[in-house]
Amino acid sequence: MKLYLHYLSIHVRSAMEYKTSFILTALGQFLVSFNVFLGVFFMMERFNNVKCFTYSEILLCFSTVLISFSLAECFFRGFDMFPSMIGNGEFDRILVRPRNTVFQVLASKIELTRIGRLFQAFIMLGYGIIKSGIKWDFLRVLTLVLMIVGGITVFAGLFIIFAGLCFFTLEGLEVMNIFTDGAREYGKYPVSVYGKTVLTICSYIVPFALFQYYPFLYLIGRDVPVWYCALPVLTAMFLIPSCLIWRLGMKKYQSTGS
Amino acid sequence: MITVEHLCKTFRTANRSAGLSSALKSLFHREYKEIKALDDISFTIPDGEMVGYIGPNGAGKSSTIKVLSGILTPDKGECLINGRVPWKERREHVRDIGVVFGQRSQLWWDVPVIDSFELLKDIYKIPQNAYRDRKEELTELLKLGDILRTSTRQLSLGQRMRCEIAASLLHNPKILFLDEPTIGLDAVSKIAVRGFVQELNKKYNTTVILTTHDMQDIEALTNRIMLIGKGRLLLDGSLEEFKALAGENESLDELVARLYCQYHI
Amino acid sequence: MKQYLSFFRIRFQTGLQYRTAAIAGISTQFVWGGMEILMFKAFYEASPGAFPMSFEALTSYVWLQQAFLALFMPWFWDAEIFKAISDGNISYELCRPAGLYEMWFTKNMAIRLSKAVLRCFPVLIAAVFLPAPYGIMLPGDIQGTVLFLLSMLLAFGVVVAFSMLIYISVFFTISGQGIKMISSCLAEFLSGAVIPLPFMPDGLRQLAEFLPFASMQNAPLRIYSGDIAGAAAWQVIALQLFWLVFMCAAGKLLMHRALKQVVVQGG
Repeated sequence: MKLYLHYLSIHVRSAMEYKTSFILTALGQFLVSFNVFLGVFFMMERFNNVKCFTYSEILLCFSTVLISFSLAECFFRGFDMFPSMIGNGEFDRILVRPRNTVFQVLASKIELTRIGRLFQAFIMLGYGIIKSGIKWDFLRVLTLVLMIVGGITVFAGLFIIFAGLCFFTLEGLEVMNIFTDGAREYGKYPVSVYGKTVLTICSYIVPFALFQYYPFLYLIGRDVPVWYCALPVLTAMFLIPSCLIWRLGMKKYQSTGS
Repeated sequence: MITVEHLCKTFRTANRSAGLSSALKSLFHREYKEIKALDDISFTIPDGEMVGYIGPNGAGKSSTIKVLSGILTPDKGECLINGRVPWKERREHVRDIGVVFGQRSQLWWDVPVIDSFELLKDIYKIPQNAYRDRKEELTELLKLGDILRTSTRQLSLGQRMRCEIAASLLHNPKILFLDEPTIGLDAVSKIAVRGFVQELNKKYNTTVILTTHDMQDIEALTNRIMLIGKGRLLLDGSLEEFKALAGENESLDELVARLYCQYHI
Repeated sequence: MKQYLSFFRIRFQTGLQYRTAAIAGISTQFVWGGMEILMFKAFYEASPGAFPMSFEALTSYVWLQQAFLALFMPWFWDAEIFKAISDGNISYELCRPAGLYEMWFTKNMAIRLSKAVLRCFPVLIAAVFLPAPYGIMLPGDIQGTVLFLLSMLLAFGVVVAFSMLIYISVFFTISGQGIKMISSCLAEFLSGAVIPLPFMPDGLRQLAEFLPFASMQNAPLRIYSGDIAGAAAWQVIALQLFWLVFMCAAGKLLMHRALKQVVVQGG
């Protein structure tokens, strides 16, 4: 942990060497997701509700997904950028250091510009909290935190799978964007909006619904069992297959060197 | 002490030809070409020896270095470095080695060099006192003084290489791998780097394995030469024995070129 | 003209080589389109009366948008051009016996086209075979089809002409990053890439329809789906033509001035 903070401080100082670029990129991140927000805003203004979710509820849902995604992208960026790390030999450097490889990849890139997105997400969260009229108690606050942590877990798992697959092939991996960017883009509405099939896929295959939909229903006070709020914990299971793919990939790398 | 016995490594690369039909064919049946990167390599390097490892591009030099540094697992053969098998005990093993890749940097581009050093200190868990002494010593030997406070991107190539070498030695490794450490350097920096490596070897009895195309590096630093081609160890002997192969008025570069020709590599 | 064509061919072939990337892109676009339609369906069910266009028109709009994404994406920039301007390699380009504006214009068209050609057909074909309200409608009549094709062509021109303006603006500023970002965000929203223009509230919508951005994907996609038809379609096309001519002229003029500056400063 101390070592990670050390990495973090170097990342911050590196970013500050290019202040203008940093600010502009962060602003860009803000603008891009602001477009998405405007889309939601105009749609909700016109239709008032979708599948019985109100505007403030949608904003709550949207903001938790966006917070999870920005944080995951900020801290797990090393896996997202992994193809270039293999390409330029940086990964060999990691292998000749006496530390865990996952940790080193994790620490090698920290994308602070995602703060632009995070900023917007928090504004929406604030607005959603005030307007949604939720009666906050300890369990609901905990649910909200669990949703965000669960989201980070799932996105991190996806990034690690992506990196693990890079050991086998570099071609066609853009498909992974369906899950990462797709979840960010379409996670703005609760999964049920997209119908039953999508909800099933997101419950059992890629567990988006476990941190977004089910606990969200509990959060906004729908008539659902209390244990729904604990479902984000299950997302930890998603890390098992992702770490397995990573280890398989590592083994392959060490036996072929490419 | 490094012992390597009958090391073999074969790479399979998919044979691909252009065109849509062969691309479709390759979905079902792939033809592979086997390349022997290492073909029964054996050698022993005692502590404190400086070895020059030469051979044309693609001869198997970097595969050997990768095996020795624990990055690559060989198909067959054994390798024992200070009592450890590198690829089996990677993390313990790499604590004892230092690697300098001449073409790639391990320093952080935008922060002062000293910050990269501090981070390496934490990565290798070097105790504060040991780190301070080591840093001072390296600073003096490599004349790093004021450049430690400069950020890497503002350094000249020679300054940067000196910092790279220092960075690889902070944890006081027993074995140092130098991969083309003088590539692109001016004469002054080259001589400085060579002088430093010699001194290091004398003082700490550090084993040095040097891969390079620069025969002057070899001549100045090493007392033993290994020539590898097509994955096979073709020559292994002292620098004197090697020089004796040269004809009259034949420079070392010319000798190496002639040997490559002779062995068809 | 010939030199532009051969230049065009080279770029096109390079683009075609990345087959696997294309397959990955197609799958992504397909999922994207599907999700988009499912989302609009939920809104449609919530209140069909508030839906500003027919549902079939919307699905056609979405599928065409996905199929021709590469032609219209406002956030696509050719890094080579930015680099050539900022590191002064522009002087090499000036040595070639071709107008720089025309050459860059061709290059941009070629890159976008080569990306689009590979990807559009699978998406379109799959969309045609989807069941009734979810798939793409076949074009109604000859006149509508002709108008659509004409509008497509103009929209493509407008997109490239607009990005040319942004490239050229880099001559006058030190860092193009800010302009690049703001312009692509504006263009994305106002061209109907996030939600189609009819879904925007009155006022904003009327304003947006006059801006050059509406002459991008908004125009052909809505003409195809029949959302804009008859005289209104001709009006939209006239507006597209106006913006295309206007932006090309402005671009060439600015380029002329920028290059003068380069020559004076010695690159």
